[in-house]
Amino acid sequence: MKAARHFRPLPPELAAIQADMEKWALQYGLDFFTTIFEVVDADQLSAIAAYGGFPTRYPHWRFGMEYEQLSKGYHYGLQKIYELVINNDPCYAYLLASNSVTDHKLVMAHVYGHCDFFKNNAWFAHTNRKMIDGMANHGNRIRRYMDRFGVEEVEAFIDACLSIEDLIDINSTFIKRSNDDSRFEFQSATGESEQDRVQATRFQSKSYMDRFINPPQALADELADQRRIVESRQQQFPSEPTRDLMLFLMHHAPLKPWQLDVLSILRDEAYYFAPQGQTKIMNEGWATYWHSTIMTRHAIEPRDLICYADHCAGTLAGSATRLNPYKLGVELFRDIEDRWNRGAFGEEYEQCDDRVARENWNRDTGLGRKKIFEVRRIHNDLTFIDEFLTLDFCRRHRLFKFGYNNNSGYYEIESKQFEEVKKQLLFNLTNLGRPIIYVRDGNYRNRGELFLEHRFAGVELKLTYAQDTLANLFRIWKRPVHIETTLEGKVATVSFDGKEHQLTRPEETIRLPGPGDVLVTN
Amino acid sequence: MFMKIDRDQHRFREIVRGKVRENLRKYITHGEMIGRKGKELVSIPLPQLDVPHFRYGQNGRGGVGQGEGEIGQPVGKGDQEGEGLGSAGGEPGEHVREVELTLAELAQILGDELELPRIQPRGKANIAQEKARYNSIRRVGPETLRHFKRTYIEALRRQVSEGSYDPAHRGRVIPIKEDRRYRSWQNIPVPDANAVIIYMMDVSGSMTDEQKQIVRTEAFWIDTWLKSQYKGLERRYIIHDAVAKEVDESTFYTTRESGGTRISSAYKVCADQIAASFNPSDWNIYCFQFSDGDNWGEDNKSALQILRESILPACNLFCYGQVESPYGSGEYLRALIAAFGDREEKLVTSEIADKSAIIDSIKKFLGKGK
Repeated sequence: MKAARHFRPLPPELAAIQADMEKWALQYGLDFFTTIFEVVDADQLSAIAAYGGFPTRYPHWRFGMEYEQLSKGYHYGLQKIYELVINNDPCYAYLLASNSVTDHKLVMAHVYGHCDFFKNNAWFAHTNRKMIDGMANHGNRIRRYMDRFGVEEVEAFIDACLSIEDLIDINSTFIKRSNDDSRFEFQSATGESEQDRVQATRFQSKSYMDRFINPPQALADELADQRRIVESRQQQFPSEPTRDLMLFLMHHAPLKPWQLDVLSILRDEAYYFAPQGQTKIMNEGWATYWHSTIMTRHAIEPRDLICYADHCAGTLAGSATRLNPYKLGVELFRDIEDRWNRGAFGEEYEQCDDRVARENWNRDTGLGRKKIFEVRRIHNDLTFIDEFLTLDFCRRHRLFKFGYNNNSGYYEIESKQFEEVKKQLLFNLTNLGRPIIYVRDGNYRNRGELFLEHRFAGVELKLTYAQDTLANLFRIWKRPVHIETTLEGKVATVSFDGKEHQLTRPEETIRLPGPGDVLVTN
Repeated sequence: MFMKIDRDQHRFREIVRGKVRENLRKYITHGEMIGRKGKELVSIPLPQLDVPHFRYGQNGRGGVGQGEGEIGQPVGKGDQEGEGLGSAGGEPGEHVREVELTLAELAQILGDELELPRIQPRGKANIAQEKARYNSIRRVGPETLRHFKRTYIEALRRQVSEGSYDPAHRGRVIPIKEDRRYRSWQNIPVPDANAVIIYMMDVSGSMTDEQKQIVRTEAFWIDTWLKSQYKGLERRYIIHDAVAKEVDESTFYTTRESGGTRISSAYKVCADQIAASFNPSDWNIYCFQFSDGDNWGEDNKSALQILRESILPACNLFCYGQVESPYGSGEYLRALIAAFGDREEKLVTSEIADKSAIIDSIKKFLGKGK
């Protein structure tokens, strides 16, 4: 189904600027889908932003909530959305009508950076480039279900699914995790099962030595072991823990056809949006790199200067508690370009201990531009930081690590050590800074209960959120659900059976207060 | 562009209202959860409005920042929530999003939930008063009311149609007399119903802070509801022990005296107020009296007399709320009932045992629609 979208053409003066910007972008070797700009007013922009960039999205109350926040923020003068660009072919980008011409220039240059990134970065390779239509299609399907089954019913199910929308396997688009479902479970003609086929390891030996090289007892033990493994694997469900809970639910949860469709829609959208979360620093850094290059070298006119500088200072401002992705990204790209221009990489450079020599290192390699184009193609934020955040960079930009101090109730600076800082940053980027959760058992206690496992990495789950998420998951799975995690250094399982939340630790079981309980604070 | 967002925004507001309604009893019981924001807005914490996900808590959480600073220097405040197992027993649903509602919406929700009838203003108050509203356009009028935009548009339209518009000089549009448009008014009947609430409270030693908190919470909801029913709403506060005086709102809730109790003294001040400032033919008068029911024995007679002769004939509704207190005898309520029984329909009495009884008390007071 095609979305009926009528884009107003740009007014002539902006169209001229666009042609200019596109020319510069192409000249620098940026490679992007056709880009279509539309000028919208602040409320429209807030609305589009609330829909995640897609005005044709399915109806849901949270978009209304988002909209109210954005538009209030704008009208109170607290925040302003400068640009909004959608990963699609053609790329759609929105300009805020109330912006000055200088801002429009800057935003256009910035948008071309994003478009190039969308098209060329490997992590976006699997995304649907006709997502505008895809979203409109999703919208129509969900609207139809709402007409048929009731708004409340469908919305409540969407709410439940949204709770687990981040439980997908973002790497599965590159790794084949499981074999395609085979239509037939073949049994061998002799009737032997997989269990019968296991064999113990036999070493080659002369017959008189066989008893010693392959002791019968050891062979029997090994065979029994292997049988047990095969058997347990057959009983396990899923056969291996999986991170794609949404897919698992699609296959195994007792869903009505429309529910299955809604779940698959939300899963599609989750996979579509995932790379944007994975590449926030790079994407913004890349776009900032190009808007600053194009603006400062070509497009800026004397009257633009103050406005441009002001805007740049605003977007690149650092903060003590939130690392600005624009700033970090663009500085890293510049650092890489500089290092590869000077040849400041490789073994010889790494092993050089002389600070002055390192600073003045110059081999005139001139590979900078080429390198950053390569980086933008193959990396995501995690690998980007891992590969290119150096000690020098960390010192120059005065990065530090902060942590929550339980006693003072404040976030406090904990360390300025490079290793610590980098480790923390990588941790925050791993799995988009969210806990890593596996589906371990879909038939827990042989009672059809769902058992999830949080792979603990030093930070505890927020218990109240976890409880509510379990309650939502229960609405989909319709049998008790559990998650194993670590609390206060001990393994603990949080469960929800449809009525009560329970916390089970090896030595005790606690009934947790649920959402239905009255909150008493005096 | 067609704004589909309106539908979603509407739905969001609907959900907010639904949730507030669902939790109304809780909000009423714990009045302090509701924060005032300026004159017309209240903010209400709405747990579970966000879509919950598995997320990290604060324990062991941190990040990377940029800038000057020494180790140990605080960079930001944590959220005000004791997370982790220690507090897991006590407080569910701490991820609290606050939503804003107007007082009118809140009153509407209260009315819906408690099925409160709309109030019929009485007497002369039903007579509508005419008010001028500038909401239309005429071709003639005084220059002071000239509508610049409309005039400009008319002139532009005329010039374009007669071909005298010169695009090279955009904006050069010269209106002639026929182009001029003027603001004009219509008379709109506005019901001129004014209301006054007179709160009376016993502040003698037997009323503790907890009792006062109950009164305060109840008064907030009564205010909210009556405000939605009347355009102008005045409030008067009278405190009394053995003697009574009129005070402002904050004094009303904070004063604590230790003397004896003479309810008649408060009634007297109330009756004087009504006589002096609130002519019953112009005003809808609501009296709310809160006490723990202790009164000086021989005072009952004179109190009931003032009530019967001066206050009840003048007011729409007289509500007596008896707050249960460890010291009060609750005897005054019995005296009221003995004196009036069910015969006086302007008199409503209710016993408020604790905070959770507030909601029923409000329903009883306002359920008559007077």
